[in-house]
Amino acid sequence: MNFLYAAYSATWIIHITYLVILVRRYHNLRSEIDELKKGEPAPGH
Amino acid sequence: MKRQAEGDECGHENCMKRAFPIFAVLTAVLLSYALYEALVAAPTEQTMGNVQRIFYYHVPSAWTAFLLFFINFVCSIQYLVRRDKVADSIANWVAIVLGVAACAAAVVIRPLPSGVEPSSVATTGLAITGLYFLVKRYFSGSRTDALALVTAEVGVVFCTVVLVTGPLWARPVWGIWWTWDVRLTSTLVLWLIYISYLMLRRFSASGQTPVLAAALAIFGALDVPLVYFSIWIFRTQHPQPVIGGGGSIDPRMLHVLLINWLAFLCFAALICWSRYRLEVLQREVEEIHAMKGLQDPRSSG
Repeated sequence: MNFLYAAYSATWIIHITYLVILVRRYHNLRSEIDELKKGEPAPGH
Repeated sequence: MKRQAEGDECGHENCMKRAFPIFAVLTAVLLSYALYEALVAAPTEQTMGNVQRIFYYHVPSAWTAFLLFFINFVCSIQYLVRRDKVADSIANWVAIVLGVAACAAAVVIRPLPSGVEPSSVATTGLAITGLYFLVKRYFSGSRTDALALVTAEVGVVFCTVVLVTGPLWARPVWGIWWTWDVRLTSTLVLWLIYISYLMLRRFSASGQTPVLAAALAIFGALDVPLVYFSIWIFRTQHPQPVIGGGGSIDPRMLHVLLINWLAFLCFAALICWSRYRLEVLQREVEEIHAMKGLQDPRSSG
């Protein structure tokens, strides 16, 4: 039974770790986009 | 025409954006139901006991990884052949001939190798052709390359699950964590090939990286049939296939297995879609940086 729970837990740990990596990448990219927008000249100038 | 195609693409993307939360909720419900079926509803196997239930996560993860590596293979071929008109039309014809030949083989060749059903031969052939033209229709230019990268990355995640859950099943059943048998070794080699693919994509800054990666992916995909058919071809310690390989499975267990596969397929589609959007956004930001670097060369240093 321990091996069964270990296998199911390991599966979800792997998937959740990957999802956390994706979310962090997304936040980094969002802040990069925000910085790019700040650096842009205002429209009409 | 080009504007209309771009409009179509935006329409698809908006539609997908709206469908995403609904699909995410449905996938979460399906995964919960599949977990309940695997842990509670499925009958307990007589010889192995409860540890056999690892099979409901191990096998669907392997099938999902194979499918993702196959999509990566199709994308890599398309990325390479689209650079040349003649190669592109040859590849189109090869895809059509493959589908037709698989259907003909299912009808004409008798007897088929043990455990191979005519319907599975025809379905595989048609799936290859269908997938080839689906990718061609909906993913153009650098988007094919982005999809190749995404499917390889998510495929590696699922393949990691296979390599972790396999030993956790083997230890109580075989008494060992690992053996260098063909099925296990070829799966490890497959994982290593795609890890090297991702390392190439991550650390090479050359403009030729997508081409080199596409070529590596084609070699990597050749390992997938070896992994799949190794238990038919070689004498291995790995259990024989329960579907289409002469083995048998309780219909209730088969039902739980297929429910879990469906749940993992939906989950993989969800992750792939999120990762694909992230990749497209990343490329757009890199393009903006490159443009800024061209406008003001001092800022790029």
